[in-house]
Amino acid sequence: MSSFPYLSVLTVAPLVGALVVAFLPRSRPDLAKWVTLAWSLGVLALTVALWVAFEAGGERLQLRESYPWIPGWGANFTFAVDGIALVMLMLIAVLVPIVILAAWHEADHSGRSVPVYFALLLALESTMIGVFAAADVFLFYVFFEVMLVPMYFLIGSYGGAQRQYAAVKFFLYSLVGGLFMLAAVVGLWVVGGHTFDWAALTEIDMSTGTERWLFLGFFLAFAIKAPFFPFHTWLPDAGGVAPAGAGALLVGILDKVGTFGILRYCLPIFPEASRYFAPLALVLGVIGIIYAALLAVGQNDLKRLVSYTSIAHFGFIGVGIFAFTTQAGTGAVLYMVNHGLATGLLFLVVGMLVARRGSALISDFGGAGKMVPILAGVLFFAGLASLAMPGTAPFVSEFLVLIGTFTVNKPIAIIATLGIVLAAAYVLWMVQRTVQGTPNPALAEVEGMRRDITLREKVVVAPLIALIILFGFYPKPITDVINPAVQATMEDVGATDPAPTAITEAAK
Amino acid sequence: MDDLKAPSIDYAAVAPILILFGAACLGVLAEAFVPRRARHAVQLGLALLATVAGLVVVVTQASTRITTATGALAIDGPAVFLQGTILALALVSLLLMGERKLEAGGAFVPQAAITVGSEADTRQATRAPGLTEVYPVTMFAVAGMLLFVAANDLLTMFIALEVFSLPLYLLCALARRRRLLSQEAALKYFLLGSYASAFFLFGVALIYGFVGAVDLGAIHAAAAESDRDPLLLYAGLALLSIGLLFKIAAVPFHVWTPDVYQGAPTPVTAFMAACTKVAAFGALLRVLYVGFDGLSWDFTPVLGVIAVLTMIMGAVLAVTQTDIKRLLAYSSIANAGYLLVGVLASGEAGLASTMFYLVAYGFTVLGAFAVVTLVRDADGEAGHLSRWAGLGRRSPLIAGVFTFILLAFAGIPLTSGFIGKFAVFGAAIEGGQTWLVIAGVVSSIVLAFPYLRVVVMMWLSDPSDATPTVSVPGLFTTAALTIGVAMTLLLGVAPSLLLDLTTGAAEFVR
Repeated sequence: MSSFPYLSVLTVAPLVGALVVAFLPRSRPDLAKWVTLAWSLGVLALTVALWVAFEAGGERLQLRESYPWIPGWGANFTFAVDGIALVMLMLIAVLVPIVILAAWHEADHSGRSVPVYFALLLALESTMIGVFAAADVFLFYVFFEVMLVPMYFLIGSYGGAQRQYAAVKFFLYSLVGGLFMLAAVVGLWVVGGHTFDWAALTEIDMSTGTERWLFLGFFLAFAIKAPFFPFHTWLPDAGGVAPAGAGALLVGILDKVGTFGILRYCLPIFPEASRYFAPLALVLGVIGIIYAALLAVGQNDLKRLVSYTSIAHFGFIGVGIFAFTTQAGTGAVLYMVNHGLATGLLFLVVGMLVARRGSALISDFGGAGKMVPILAGVLFFAGLASLAMPGTAPFVSEFLVLIGTFTVNKPIAIIATLGIVLAAAYVLWMVQRTVQGTPNPALAEVEGMRRDITLREKVVVAPLIALIILFGFYPKPITDVINPAVQATMEDVGATDPAPTAITEAAK
Repeated sequence: MDDLKAPSIDYAAVAPILILFGAACLGVLAEAFVPRRARHAVQLGLALLATVAGLVVVVTQASTRITTATGALAIDGPAVFLQGTILALALVSLLLMGERKLEAGGAFVPQAAITVGSEADTRQATRAPGLTEVYPVTMFAVAGMLLFVAANDLLTMFIALEVFSLPLYLLCALARRRRLLSQEAALKYFLLGSYASAFFLFGVALIYGFVGAVDLGAIHAAAAESDRDPLLLYAGLALLSIGLLFKIAAVPFHVWTPDVYQGAPTPVTAFMAACTKVAAFGALLRVLYVGFDGLSWDFTPVLGVIAVLTMIMGAVLAVTQTDIKRLLAYSSIANAGYLLVGVLASGEAGLASTMFYLVAYGFTVLGAFAVVTLVRDADGEAGHLSRWAGLGRRSPLIAGVFTFILLAFAGIPLTSGFIGKFAVFGAAIEGGQTWLVIAGVVSSIVLAFPYLRVVVMMWLSDPSDATPTVSVPGLFTTAALTIGVAMTLLLGVAPSLLLDLTTGAAEFVR
């Protein structure tokens, strides 16, 4: 095992970058952009090194570092990752440079400081890395809450119309969840005998009642963050007005903190309560799939539509987690990654279209494919990936979730399958109404629509498309890393696996 | 009269109190003999010097655990710690009071007795330097507070209460701008404060009736051993608590707070919000932990209800405020509720967490009011929230600092506000008071809204012509603001040092 402190360096590096960028002169925005891009690529390189240092199939939590912080409380800067956290860190490291490139001109006309926009993106990256790298509940909570601050300013300062409302709603919803989690964290600390160490907390015994209450405190925070039905209403508002870059990070990564938190904290620390509340979570997940998909069909705003598809997908992830089979669990984690790639791509492409048209209303488009054929093609591809077309990465994960759920809970799996049909409906309809058909006469008037995808935008979408296709056919690099972690998590909740060997078969 | 002996006093232990009283008396003399021109510098210098000297002596007394003056004073862990806190916070408050760069002549009126609006008043309002009596008066208040947290019998406590309250009533009336509002606030504070003192004194009388003594040790013994009907004791405690709850601004004894906070000169408001809170909670802790700890089963539910009401009322009413000082006043009411949660957690953890919270909140609130003094227009401070719109564009640094302070109030991690909340909530859950924590969480959510509204105002709204300019702070205000913000950050990132200190100091002597 390497002695290099990968995780702490990885957490701090973007923050240092943010400070550097924030103090770059406001009059030279290009400098800030290039520095930010270079910095995030540096973080990516470091993450690749981390990936190499990680031993797939080794210990559950690896690359552990611990520094004392508040000894009186037993709170430490403890970092360590399992396979699930590792793939999420990789997803962050890959998405952030792409998002920075996609957001290249986003802050230019906001009338606000451009360097600060990019500094906020880097600060957000730092908190996102921290939240996945923490192996100390207190540290996790700190990152979980602090994460709100840069996102709040990204939405509130650089978003579209209604941004104040959306930013405040986002902040308050997250804060509500966070404060209930705070109460649960305090409770866990008292019950656990004044420790925040993740490994120690998984060992403690507590009474059933206590366990269920504490579980609910954590679960509520994560369900809001994810978001699960019925705690989802902030996401369409936030996603609808967020600048495309921040929005892609919001639905691509930030939301995964919720499902990650359930996997890492709820299940191993409160196994009994997890089993007790699993039926409820499954039902909420299924309702989320159907309900959000139906609402997505009815949206007339592109960004809101993508936000609703995201809620539906989180229903799938929720079902996959609470089905308690390794297969479904692996599918869920895989989905977390693939959703980040596919929905991230969809959000960015939609952002490109919206930037050209100056409006996110579907009715303002129509036949855009005639004017920007390549961009339309990318939108179509992103849509197909989003509806989990075989050959794209989300298909593998959705398939695993449904198969894994079917073996233990047929009704849930069958209803969830309906979500696929609806997904086809909203995606195809969206594509049809925006890029296909006869061109909207008003569209021809818009200057921006005469320019098809630029080189910069090609560089933005190309890696995402490549990864979606790659993992659609060959998900093994990810499944190898996440499988042991998922298996261990499922053992924690005492899940009985009907056919644990089926995963590798299906994955291949 | 051979049998009447002067009580033996440990002068080293009570030295901080004596220093402050001495400085106050010297200040009064200076007011008479120092020429007018030099008075401000001399008075401020004397006050700062005395406060620093007091602080130094307090630090040397850190390990003292004694009662002295025949048991009237207890210089123990909490007393020394809280005295140090009061002095440190008072030092910062003095810096705010001493600032004369923001406004010609400072924040205080030159001659308070001149009729508002008269010709003489207009003359004095423009340029004349403000009163310098505020410094000795403040010294008396600080000395009274030091005495208050060390008082080990109820009569000493009452005297200390009056010693620090009367100067405060006076200070509230001395605002240079909006003097009628200021004087009305002072009158209101004085009247209600007198009632509260009367309740306190009546409570002392009833307790004396039951116990036959006024010192906390005897009360503790009587409460534990006596087999008489304890009704008198309960009634006494209830009345006594009213006096103390008034000072900490707990519901339903909070009604004075917003008016007084708004009307008083802002440096005085800062002083009250930080130091008075420490002093009042110090006394409440001592009364409940030393004198009445045997009755905690009986008073905890009642005080718990008061704590819940305080948190909820403070939070809900803060939402509706449109004036920044009133908003901070309601926020301070809600914070009194969180502090009560720590008090009711009882035991060493409760005591330590309450003391930590007092320090954390004190510095943050001083920083907040320092910012309030800076945001001004031709008529003085621009208190109305709508005027703060777009401040982030005009003065990003000040708006950024204030945002950080508001995040601390909201309890976001990496600020002292978060650590403080965690400490009191942790102690309360450990003490079996989970219901208080739930109420605390719910009220925190509500309370986040007004803070967020100010942040939205500053950053997400566009500046208008009405947006006031931020004055360039003078040296004193800069220092005060820096200390407040630095402490908020430091205690949020590395709270260990202070946590250990509070834990080590969390033991009363009886």
